[in-house]
Amino acid sequence: MRRGRVALALLGGALVLGGCKAPTFGAFRGATTQGRDEFKLWVGFVIAGLAVAAIVWGLIFWTVIRHRRRGSDAIPRQFHENVPLEIVYTALPFVIVLVLFYFTVITENRIDAVASTPSEVVHVLGFRWGWSFTYDSSDGRSQGVQIATAAQPTALAQAATSAQYPQLVLPVGETTRVVLTSADVIHGFYVPAFNFSRYAQPGVVNRFDFTPTTIGVFRGQCSQYCGLYHSEMLFSVKVVSRADFTHWLAAQQASQARSGSGATT
Amino acid sequence: MTLLVERPGVVEEPGGPEHDHGPTGLLKWVTSTDHKVIGKSYLITSLVFFVLAGVMAVLMRTQLASPDNTVVSQHTYNELFTMHGSLMLYLFAGPFAFGGIANYIVPLQVGAPDMAFPRLNALSYWLYLGGGLTMIGGFLTVGGAADFGWVAYAPLSNAVNSPGAGPDMWIVSLILTGFSAIFTGVNICATVFYLRAPGMTMFRVPIFTWNMVVTGILILIAFPVLTAAMVMLWADRHLGTHIYTVSGGGVPVLWQNLFWFFGHPEVYILALPYFGMVTEIFPVFSRKPVFGYRGMVFATITIGALSTSVWAHHMFTTGVVLLPFFSLMSYLIAVPTGIKFFNWIGTMWRGSLKFDTPMLFSVGFLVVFLFGGVTGVFLASPPIDFATHDTYFVVAHFHEVLFGSAVFGGFAGLYYWYPKMFGRMLRESLGKASFWFMFVGFWVTFLPQYLLGLHGMPRRIAEYSASTGWTSLNRVSTVGAYLLFIAVAIMIVNVYVSWRRPIQASGNPWDGHTLEWATSSPPPHHNFYRLPPVRSERPLWDFNHPEHTTRKHEDLLAAEGKRGRRHAPGAHAGTDGGPADR
Repeated sequence: MRRGRVALALLGGALVLGGCKAPTFGAFRGATTQGRDEFKLWVGFVIAGLAVAAIVWGLIFWTVIRHRRRGSDAIPRQFHENVPLEIVYTALPFVIVLVLFYFTVITENRIDAVASTPSEVVHVLGFRWGWSFTYDSSDGRSQGVQIATAAQPTALAQAATSAQYPQLVLPVGETTRVVLTSADVIHGFYVPAFNFSRYAQPGVVNRFDFTPTTIGVFRGQCSQYCGLYHSEMLFSVKVVSRADFTHWLAAQQASQARSGSGATT
Repeated sequence: MTLLVERPGVVEEPGGPEHDHGPTGLLKWVTSTDHKVIGKSYLITSLVFFVLAGVMAVLMRTQLASPDNTVVSQHTYNELFTMHGSLMLYLFAGPFAFGGIANYIVPLQVGAPDMAFPRLNALSYWLYLGGGLTMIGGFLTVGGAADFGWVAYAPLSNAVNSPGAGPDMWIVSLILTGFSAIFTGVNICATVFYLRAPGMTMFRVPIFTWNMVVTGILILIAFPVLTAAMVMLWADRHLGTHIYTVSGGGVPVLWQNLFWFFGHPEVYILALPYFGMVTEIFPVFSRKPVFGYRGMVFATITIGALSTSVWAHHMFTTGVVLLPFFSLMSYLIAVPTGIKFFNWIGTMWRGSLKFDTPMLFSVGFLVVFLFGGVTGVFLASPPIDFATHDTYFVVAHFHEVLFGSAVFGGFAGLYYWYPKMFGRMLRESLGKASFWFMFVGFWVTFLPQYLLGLHGMPRRIAEYSASTGWTSLNRVSTVGAYLLFIAVAIMIVNVYVSWRRPIQASGNPWDGHTLEWATSSPPPHHNFYRLPPVRSERPLWDFNHPEHTTRKHEDLLAAEGKRGRRHAPGAHAGTDGGPADR
């Protein structure tokens, strides 16, 4: 069972390497509860994937090194099948993908679950080339606050989190419903740190929840190609405490009342 | 069919199969219906498109090497990635495999004198060339070439958002090449079903040809849908219909469903031929039969069947598809693909492996495709897809599988069959140099792209700001792209050298197993003077190494031995095949 030991050693090596050097395997840990669920699934998948890859690579390199033609022109034994072995390596991947599928469905249901009473509701509209965020909570606290900015096609040098691009403000630890659609072509509402993206499509309204766990400013960007200035369709998400959120909301409402553009539609 | 009767006229046809009285020179190339001439035309045309698309890729990588770069404008960049994808997928990877290699090799592998419908074959090529030139011609229009991505998502691709002649030419081009592909699919299936040599039952058909049959069937399933979708897009743009626009009561997401119903089988249309090529190469350079032949065939058929029910995994983030169904179906494709991997390893296991260039590229294919396959399993999980959809993670994944199969597998096939097609060998030293540049360049290009995707870099962006922190990974990826470019340049030099200072190829330079090696290089007009008896999936090996056949076939050979010998083309079929005949 020398083969088995080699495979096991490779698997162990992959786990140790993976465990110590890059515990996130390059991904974001997720700044929302939904994003964290995705991250846990991701780590499991990467470990399983690297283990399988290590075993198969091991077999490939083993045969490539061990069985290369060395001088002698002898013709090797002409075996061409091994039905029990073939059944095993058909059944094994089948079991593996069923296990992966089980964890996928569990996680997917948690990420796609929508709360019956979210504390805030934001209508997000994608358009070429910008975003608008309209707050419309069920208890009316934030009704009608609108933040809309189109991307400015020449000023990419600015940081994505600068005030020039539209900013979505979310209270930490609370569930916010996003109601997403598009005014023209398909856009991708993508917040990398939340491990989440969803298409904004004309004629389709998508609903999903964010429950941020970390205070901070996170980069967002249109991920679905939408024409000339797709690269500059940026936005940001700012996660703040409830108190700061209430304060910000009041300030927005005051300024919008002053400018007379209290867009409540 | 009378499979077990020798074909009349094959052995002692007056004048032999060499009665090529057609025109010569340029006129021969234009008027020929010979599958070998058409195959070469396809091969050369598709490789020209490959190099063009590669130059576009290098331009894009140069643009992305630095933040806020201005090597090309945003508009040009959008044209470049649209045309890079379109050329690679529609005009190179498919036509190279089923128009070029398969067109040339399938009739030879089944022992046929030509394709079933030679004139239809010629029509396929001219439709393809016309379509390809139409697509490229978009660059000459006032508004430039199409710039809505190779997937042309509605409503971005409608007349309001993408006006101009360039996009129209792109649509027309795909209608033309779509018909070309459909005709070739019909032709390949008919050839294999009706023109097999005596004794070649379906379970003695070489795996490459088997894969081409499944590819042909997939073409017949997928391409009519694409062509219909394109016609409707054209109608939306010019006839005032509203099939894909909300304003007139249409449904934009219909486009995605139609496109990916073509698009995912298309991925396997692009992969299966190359799987077939390496499956021919592993046994020959291991001096063993294919391990698990029947398992291989069933795996191919299973992949073909599953590929028609996974299209919406491209649409997980639309919010309008049934996630668990498409997720499970996508996962299941890993099972037959896994079988293939183990069969490939089993073929090499305890063989006598010789690493000539075709074998090197085939092993390279195994190593890189495996990683692309594993990340493909990740993407079949909707939650992971939510985090990585439309990012460079996906870009890296599909380049790893498509570059892995179409370029590593394609170059393996090209190095393997080039002597058969052109009667001259390619240089091993240059071939190996090309391989190592490509293998290293491949990882240097695409591993950083996986990380960029995980760090949140969306695909199809023409520029990014330095504050994103993506600069160094992008630089590395660009260096890798240059290495890949050098690898392809070495390949072109290799072809040039083989023309300036030819090394004559024998009929059977690799000690091949299948019928294409039982004739001269290149073959005479109607391919064969005689055929060895077909008693297994590797008739020529059985003939050349009668004491080393797989045991099951030994008895068969003993029973048929005498008869087979009488019709046999000499002591060591193929290796003494005549020199180039033109």
